[in-house]
Amino acid sequence: MPTDPSTHSSPSLRVDIDQRLGNFHLQVSLALPGQGVTGIFGTSGSGKTSLMRVIAGLETPDRGHVQLGERTLLDTRQRLVVPAHKRRIGVVFQEARLFPHYRVRGNLTYGMPDHAASRFDEIVALLGIAHLLERLPGTLSGGESRRVAIGRALLSDPRLLLMDEPLTGLDGARKQELLHFIARLARQVDIPIIYVSHDPDEIATIADHLVLMRSGRMEASAPLSHLLQRFDLTQALAGFDAASILEGHVISHDAHYQLTRVALGDGLELLLPGTQTTLGSTLRLRIHARDIAIALAPATGTSYRNQLPAHIEAIEMPAETPHTVELRLRLGAHRLRARLTRLAFDQLGLAEGQRITALIRSVAFTSLQ
Amino acid sequence: MTLSPTEWEAIRLSLLIGLAAVAWILPPGIAVAWWLARFEFRGKALVDGLIHLPLVLPPVVVGYLLLVALGRQGMVGAWLYRVFGVSLPFTWQGAAVASGVMAFPLLVRALRLSLEAVDPKLEAAARTLGASRWRVFATITLPLAVPGLVTGTMLAFARALSEFGATITFASNIPGETRTLPLALYTLIQTPGRESAAARLCVLSIVIALLSLIASEWLARRTRQRLQERDAY
Repeated sequence: MPTDPSTHSSPSLRVDIDQRLGNFHLQVSLALPGQGVTGIFGTSGSGKTSLMRVIAGLETPDRGHVQLGERTLLDTRQRLVVPAHKRRIGVVFQEARLFPHYRVRGNLTYGMPDHAASRFDEIVALLGIAHLLERLPGTLSGGESRRVAIGRALLSDPRLLLMDEPLTGLDGARKQELLHFIARLARQVDIPIIYVSHDPDEIATIADHLVLMRSGRMEASAPLSHLLQRFDLTQALAGFDAASILEGHVISHDAHYQLTRVALGDGLELLLPGTQTTLGSTLRLRIHARDIAIALAPATGTSYRNQLPAHIEAIEMPAETPHTVELRLRLGAHRLRARLTRLAFDQLGLAEGQRITALIRSVAFTSLQ
Repeated sequence: MTLSPTEWEAIRLSLLIGLAAVAWILPPGIAVAWWLARFEFRGKALVDGLIHLPLVLPPVVVGYLLLVALGRQGMVGAWLYRVFGVSLPFTWQGAAVASGVMAFPLLVRALRLSLEAVDPKLEAAARTLGASRWRVFATITLPLAVPGLVTGTMLAFARALSEFGATITFASNIPGETRTLPLALYTLIQTPGRESAAARLCVLSIVIALLSLIASEWLARRTRQRLQERDAY
């Protein structure tokens, strides 16, 4: 399970907003970790973009307080509003919003302070846009434009990077490529990122911390892997298909069977389809609740290559699907959701606290990063 | 056909006054066009109406109002004379003021349309990159509105060249000082026996007007092309 950033660094962004826009009421109180990627998830109209605009300083709420680290950016009670251009918050918008009359190089350096000039080559290389520098934005493809927009925001040397649905309008393959790129980037740059999206796959791939927005309010805010375990949020997180997120380290590759072995800590290991990863690197995995089977004891003669000792931490009987039971399993420091039929649950006689063996087929894992 | 010294004088004065008129109205014209394009405020329709007034008023009325305001007895004029020793009526600078006022609405109209077409989202993006409002305007808004700036400037210049009513009312018709082409032509028409000279000036006016039209078309097409190259894909 990913480490919880809020446990070893003080919350770095604090936001309190109360704003009415016609019928819409945005009322949010948040404290976000000062590192890693925070996903803001919600349907369109849930207030994600408004929240982002307030943080960036593009909109001033009726009442509100925004603090980044030690610096107060907004305090309506003291009539303090730091203008957008002095906040040092980089924004990557839905559309790339490149300046059409500047070449790519001009766009990249537009907000670059002198002390960041030394990072130009590094960031250009990181984004793979060196061959585009002399082009005009009108001649770039959608994916290229987004990468330039990300580079432009990074080179403005921001204290915080906001990304508002930066993959909107890209096709599947381009989207995956850029998504993985952003995930890698998040590990390489030392800037907290807020990633706004309504796409569960994007959030599952990229977020460490998750904020759930619903009709202008914050419904939950917690590390992603914890939030996905909460039975009470099953409805709101329907798009995540009751999946669990695990993170582990790659310890070996089996060239013959094309499998990769991942350590989860506490002596727990997983075997999954081979990945192109370097040994020791962190791998984020997603596993759906329906892909986990339960045995009362370690089983022999099955095709399940992953048999992990676990105990049942919680049991939920969803009213809307009377034939299923949801379990929350504890494996070492990790938690996993499992979904069984009520028949199997009753016949096995499962109860909270019981020790069991979790069976997971290797092919059920999706590696996200 | 060779031009007489008086004809050269008229051409020189026309160009001088036209250029001076455009030069002084550009800064306030850009500011007002931006203000009207980007801000909503009470009384916007009234401000808009006042700016357009010279387009619909008889030019003589504008000239008369300028005389009332800027004449040596006028409210502003008296102050100008007392503090700077400047007197505008009956000078070429006065003629530039009069033709500038007449050309002002044309500049503001064209520029405002162009500024309104600039995507505010680009301006917001520039602000998040650390650019102050002023830098955003100078590096994003105005450069993207250059087609409107070119059109507006050319229209204003053409208007200033052909200005007659407000100029003769405010700056009079003084040879070598305020007698531009239209005023020289008017003088010749008033003088019996100068019909052929009048005809020459008439032809000259047509030639200059045509040349500036062609130049403006060429310039407008060039800037449009350059911007399209940038947008093209």
